[in-house]
Amino acid sequence: MDAPPTEELDAALGVELLHGMWRIRVFEERVGQLTRADEVHGLVHLSIGQEAVAVGVCSRLSNDDAVYGNHRAHGHAIAKGAPLGRVMAELMGRDDGLCRGLGGSMHLVDVEHGFLGATGVVGGNVPLALGSALAGRLAGRDEVAVVFFGDGAVQGGIFVESVNLAALWALPVILVCENNGFAEFTPRSAHSTVERVTDVVAPYGLARTTVDGNDVVAVRRAFGGFLEAARRGEGPFLLECLTHRLRGHYEGDPQRYREAVAQDEWQRLDPIRRLERRGHDEGWLDGEAAARLEKSARDEVEEAVGFARESPFPAASLTSDLTYAT
Amino acid sequence: MAREIPYIQAIGEAVHQEMARDETVIYFGQNLGLTEDDPYVKAFGGDRVRVTPISETAEIGMAVGAAFAGFRPVVQLYMAEFMLVAMDQVVNEAPRFYGMSGGEVRVPLVLQAGYGFTAGWAGQHTGTIYGMFMGVPGLKVVVPSTPADAKGLMTASIRDDNPVVFFHNYLMTLEHGDVPEGEHVVPLGEAVVRREGSDVTIVGIGWTVGKALAAAEQLAADGIEAEVVDPRTLAPLDVATIVHSVEKTGRLVVVDQATRHASAAAVIAAEVASEGFSALKAPIGLVTALDATIPYSQPMEEYLMPSEERIVAAVQQAVGSSPVAA
Repeated sequence: MDAPPTEELDAALGVELLHGMWRIRVFEERVGQLTRADEVHGLVHLSIGQEAVAVGVCSRLSNDDAVYGNHRAHGHAIAKGAPLGRVMAELMGRDDGLCRGLGGSMHLVDVEHGFLGATGVVGGNVPLALGSALAGRLAGRDEVAVVFFGDGAVQGGIFVESVNLAALWALPVILVCENNGFAEFTPRSAHSTVERVTDVVAPYGLARTTVDGNDVVAVRRAFGGFLEAARRGEGPFLLECLTHRLRGHYEGDPQRYREAVAQDEWQRLDPIRRLERRGHDEGWLDGEAAARLEKSARDEVEEAVGFARESPFPAASLTSDLTYAT
Repeated sequence: MAREIPYIQAIGEAVHQEMARDETVIYFGQNLGLTEDDPYVKAFGGDRVRVTPISETAEIGMAVGAAFAGFRPVVQLYMAEFMLVAMDQVVNEAPRFYGMSGGEVRVPLVLQAGYGFTAGWAGQHTGTIYGMFMGVPGLKVVVPSTPADAKGLMTASIRDDNPVVFFHNYLMTLEHGDVPEGEHVVPLGEAVVRREGSDVTIVGIGWTVGKALAAAEQLAADGIEAEVVDPRTLAPLDVATIVHSVEKTGRLVVVDQATRHASAAAVIAAEVASEGFSALKAPIGLVTALDATIPYSQPMEEYLMPSEERIVAAVQQAVGSSPVAA
C-alpha cells in the first residue's frame, strides 16, 4: 500500500469537519433530553465524545459507498448524509422517519445516502459489509464497504470469521473499530488479554493502524490511505480509533462501573474543542466563526425536532404490510 | 417436457437454470465448486460460484450484505443444523431488515439446507428443524416433497425478494420423479391437495407426504378415503387450503418428521382448531417423531420416527373403529 495521502487542513475542510461533529453532538444532546422527556420513546445509545470517528471516516465517502453502523449509530448515519429531520422522526417513531418508525435508534437505514444500516446485535453488522464489498467487486465498481463496530465486537466469533473471510477473498472492506475502552459496561481488560484490536487481526496480514480517534484529522488521514487502496480493489483494512464514550452505554445508565471523566480532562479530549483549538492556533478559525458553527448546528437540530414533532405516527397496520417484500 | 430425475438433481437444475437466466444469482458454500470441471464453475465462473471456509455466520452474513446490493445469493449449507451456529444472521439480520428499514432494503436470499437424514447420522445431523424457523416474521420456509416441487420451489425461492430457507429432505435425495425440463415455478405459500378424499384430511410435510399417501392407499382398502394435503411452504402457511379440506372431511391428522412440541404439526393443528373448529368431528391427530434426540442405533431410530402404521392407526382413531358412513 502507498503511504497515506497528505492533505492540507485548510479553513474549508476544518470548518466542514467541525460542523459535521457539531451536528452529531447537538443532535445527540437533544436526543438525550427528549429521551428523558419521553418524546424519544425507546432504547437509545449515544456516541457523544466519539464524533471524530464517524466524521473523519464518512467525510471521505460518497453515497455509493456502503456504510454499516452498530447499536450506537446516530453519528454514523448523520455523518453519511442522513437528514437530521428524518433521523429525529425515526427516533420519535414517526411516519417521516428514515424507516417509517419500524427501526428506531438501533436500526437506522438510509439507502439513498449509502447508509445500509445499523444493527443492534454486537458484531452482527461485520459480515454484512463483506457482502457489500463482494457485490461491488462482482459488479465491477470501485465502491468500498465500511463497517463501524466497538471493541466489544472483537471478542465475538463473528468478527474472527469475517476477518478471515475478508482476508481470504481480499475484499475491499474497511473495518473501523471505535475502541472506547468499554464493551457495554465492562472495561476491555475484563474482556481480552489483547489490548490493541490491530494486534487481534495481525495474523491475517491485514493492513491496519491505530489512531487517536478523538483527532478527526488523524482519523480522516489514516482512513483516506486505506480508502484509496480499497478503491483500487485492495483490502481488507482495519482502522482502530481510540476514543472516549462520554455518556453511559445507554441513556439512563447509572455508570457505577467507572469514574466520570474530570471536566478539565474532557476539555483536553473533546474532539470538537481540540479541532477548535487547532483552528485558532493555525489561524483558520476565530471565536466568532466557531460560535457560528455551533449555532448553525443548534438551529438545524431544532428544525429537525420541529419536523419530527409535526410528522404523524404511521398507521399501526404498516408493520403487517412490511413483513414480507412483495 | 418432463422426464424422471432425482430430487437432488431437480434442485441443482433449478439453481443452474436461474444462474443462467439471471447473472445476479450467486452460489457459495462449503465444499462447493472446487474443480474447474464443476458444472456451476464451468458455466458461471469462479466469481459467482465459490467455496467458503466453515464459517456459517460470515457466509450467511456476507450473503445478506450482497442481497442488500441486489444480488440473489444461494448459500449451500448441506446440513440444516449448520444454520444453528449462525442464528443471529438467519433470524435476527436477514428477515428483520426489510421490516426494520420500513421497506427500504430487500433481502433476496436462499439458504439451502438438508434435513431429516435418519440414516445413522445420529443426534446432530439428522434433525427436522424447520419448525424453529417458521415463526420468524419475514423468513419464508419451504419444504418440497417431490422432485418436481423441489425444482419449482427452488426457482420460486431464488426469484423471491425475501430470505427463504429451503429445506430438502436427505432421505429423498435419490427419489426419482417427473420433473419439467425447462422453466418450472411453484409459487411459495400455496398448498396442494395430493390426493382427494372425503373421510379424513392428512397433512404431510416434506418426507411425510409420501408416507401419508402410502397410508392413504392402505386405508382405502378398508374403505376410508383420505385427502392428503401438502403445505409445500410452512411460512407463509396456506391455512385456507387445509381448513377447506377439513371442512370437507371433518377430521384431521397431521404428520410431521419433527418432534411434537412447538412443531409445524402443532401450529397446523392450532390453526385448524381456531379456524375450522366447527367442522371437526373428532380430535385432531398428531403423528410426529418422539420428543428425543435422534439416536444412532437403527431400531431406536425407527422407533422414534413417524411411520405408515402410526398414520393408519391415527386415522382409524379419528374416524372411529367402524367404517365411515355419515
